[in-house]
Amino acid sequence: MANLKSTFLGIESPNPFWLASAPPTDKAYNVNRAFEAGWGGVVWKTLGEEGPPIVNVSGPRYSALHSNDRRVIGFNNIELITDRPLQINLDEIRQVKKDWPDRAVVVSVMLPMNEEAWAKNLPMIEDTGCDGFELNFGCPHGMSERGMGAAVGQVPEYIQMAAEWAKAAASIPVIVKLTPNVANILPPARAALDGGADAVSLINTINSIMRVDYDTLTMFPTTDGMGTHGGYCGEAVKPIALNMVAEIARTKATRTLPISGIGGITDWRDAVDFLALGASNVQICTAAMVYGFKIIDDLVDGLGTFLDDKGITLDQLIGHAVPSVTDWQYLNLNYVEKAVIDQDLCIKCGRCHAVCEDTSHQAITHTVDGERRFEVIDDECVGCNLCVSICPVDSCITMTQTSDANADKLNWTAHPNNPMRNTD
Amino acid sequence: MTVETIPNVRPRRLSKDEIEANFADLHPPLLRAEALIEADRCYFCYDAPCTTACPTGIDIPGFIQKIRSDNIRGSAQTIFRENIMGGMCARVCPTEVLCEEACVRNTHEEKPVEIGLLQRYATDPVIDAGTQLFARAPSSGKKVAVVGGGPAGLSCAHRLAVLGHDVVIFNRDKKPGGLNEYGIAAYKTVDDFAQIEIDYILSVGGIDVKHRVTLGEDVQLSELLRDFDAVFLGIGLGQSNNLGIDGEDKEGVINAIDYIAELRQADDKSRLPIGKTVVVIGGGMTAIDIAVQSRHLGAQQVHMVYRRGPEKMSASVFEQALAQTSGVTIHHRAPPKQILGDDHVTGVEFETDEGKFVLYADMVFKAIGQQMKGIGDLDMDNGRLVVNDGHRTSHETVWAGGDCVVGGDDLTVSAVQHGKVAAIDIDRHLRAQ
Repeated sequence: MANLKSTFLGIESPNPFWLASAPPTDKAYNVNRAFEAGWGGVVWKTLGEEGPPIVNVSGPRYSALHSNDRRVIGFNNIELITDRPLQINLDEIRQVKKDWPDRAVVVSVMLPMNEEAWAKNLPMIEDTGCDGFELNFGCPHGMSERGMGAAVGQVPEYIQMAAEWAKAAASIPVIVKLTPNVANILPPARAALDGGADAVSLINTINSIMRVDYDTLTMFPTTDGMGTHGGYCGEAVKPIALNMVAEIARTKATRTLPISGIGGITDWRDAVDFLALGASNVQICTAAMVYGFKIIDDLVDGLGTFLDDKGITLDQLIGHAVPSVTDWQYLNLNYVEKAVIDQDLCIKCGRCHAVCEDTSHQAITHTVDGERRFEVIDDECVGCNLCVSICPVDSCITMTQTSDANADKLNWTAHPNNPMRNTD
Repeated sequence: MTVETIPNVRPRRLSKDEIEANFADLHPPLLRAEALIEADRCYFCYDAPCTTACPTGIDIPGFIQKIRSDNIRGSAQTIFRENIMGGMCARVCPTEVLCEEACVRNTHEEKPVEIGLLQRYATDPVIDAGTQLFARAPSSGKKVAVVGGGPAGLSCAHRLAVLGHDVVIFNRDKKPGGLNEYGIAAYKTVDDFAQIEIDYILSVGGIDVKHRVTLGEDVQLSELLRDFDAVFLGIGLGQSNNLGIDGEDKEGVINAIDYIAELRQADDKSRLPIGKTVVVIGGGMTAIDIAVQSRHLGAQQVHMVYRRGPEKMSASVFEQALAQTSGVTIHHRAPPKQILGDDHVTGVEFETDEGKFVLYADMVFKAIGQQMKGIGDLDMDNGRLVVNDGHRTSHETVWAGGDCVVGGDDLTVSAVQHGKVAAIDIDRHLRAQ
């Protein structure tokens, strides 16, 4: 099988799968189990300054968006950073790194916005033998109300300042973890780069309320009748994360930044998505919290088999899809596709007709010559892909190019309907 | 081979507990977790083939979607709007040749959505709780007589009551329900469900039921026509067909319908006498029902013998398989020639293309259909009442539905549809006056 050995900022791990900073990496017990299961690395759950221990709620910390068979689609939490004494964490990190020298052990940190705190704490943590730091500028609940986490990550100037302090205090790589709770991910990424950060990791969780309780008509879940927004993660957030990763990877001002991709990765295909769109490794939390550490088996051999089948290396996969991401204005408006329904595969559910008729372009029949039959009316089809997206049968409806393959390309920047078009 | 000439017919072939277990619910109800997963399998088809295949036209994707969202009352209402006996039909419909046969999942993976079980999941809690989902329209001041308390009559009566008319049901038997109460196999409708459902149907109000009234004996059609604004006949067929062969009058030769009626009313089924070896003659649902129930009562060998090939059997493939897995041997293309025995039956001789053979038996059940007598001068065709699309007979104010009309097919769901269609037509007629 393909070699999955990964080197990220010089930090080596036997595969590109790290457990993200979160409950699964809270203590040596969990991390040892993860390494026994085969995980390539961990980002230790966020450490704070020494002081009175962090206090978590003792009501629900987690909540899930379920499918009808209770598969977890989305997940939300209000847990804070580690609530264990700093020294215990440091002792355990030191021992774990000693016991597992071939695995990556990066430590997540969250510190107040003053230089002394960084200058004091980072060398102490680095002394454990850990491989790098991840600066938690993403946590959107609780800590952000105290001026840390996402409160930092939402202000590019703060990111740059803290990154500079961290780089000055650390001799090992520094990764800035970004929050997605911003209008545009590029300024925070650029600030990390300008502050001297070695890489960014993203995304952290998204501000979220899961639902209301239909009996009490209060938000759900609550702690003693009151609730607060949490951080959203799991499969449902992957597309949001992929966009942000790709934005950083394809933008000139930020594309030199190595990226550790995070957000809803559940199986090896999700990892391929992140790697191909510009991440150099990936971090996972929710899938492990839903299924346990054993999922690493599929992640590792699924990715390895995929690389074998493609005949490419891990390095060749990384960033492979980035050149295919562009702005809408550069899409070729002369290119035409139409949907084609394979009548041999069609099970005649008629959903394509219903959705096209009700919500799109009235381009699919329901009856042909008196028979129940669903066919695309080419003249009406705009190639929108709705029918492909909702068809329950894999590959039953496909898109086929109908425009001349040799036709000139024409995008919006030069389109005659664009009053601002290039006229050169 | 020794031939047993002493008929061996007796009760308690099995213990009471064994028999109770044998007559337990054929398809236990779905738990919530099962129902949610099964409901998720529905593709919510456009112009859904299952709905088209349902004789009552229930919006099946509609009620399944409401199960998915835990909207059980809404789901039940979607079902009852078209079929007030949705609870019974969920139990007894041959779904494998109706909605579930049409399910597009068959094309995809050869496993349809379990529509019948989902329908039961949606309707049971509403019936159990007695939640009334219908409000009667303001009174029309019209009165309609419904003859027959079976599925057709009850369906018609319910719809008429909802539409604002007052209804009197004239029921022949001690209890209402017709074949739901006296005919269907016991393991398909356990725990007195037929009566529970009827109580629910009648709870809408405006329906008076008179029992032990037989048309033509206790009341005449002319009297009903005089006293009511319209009459609906849902009287079924009544009389069982005879084989027309020698020996048919011997002891131990029984109409399946009569035996099943007794079985359905028995408090302790272990007290019913059953033969050691049983022959059932027929190829329909009733033949299957009596064959399987004979096995469940403890008959050691049960033969079901049909005169034509399997393709002509009106019992569904599922029902045939149920009989076979219950230990019934099915014979095809074997018309009965004569019943053997002195006073009591000892066997049946059959005549096939390849010669004669004899099946020895202590009991013989006849399940070869029923017929009806004519009613007044109403037009008949092939022994059944002729009706138009609105289920009106040749008489201007007499409607009919269920097994007694041309096109009646021995299914509860069809009878319900007939009653509903007739009620709508009666309503139109009464309002036009």
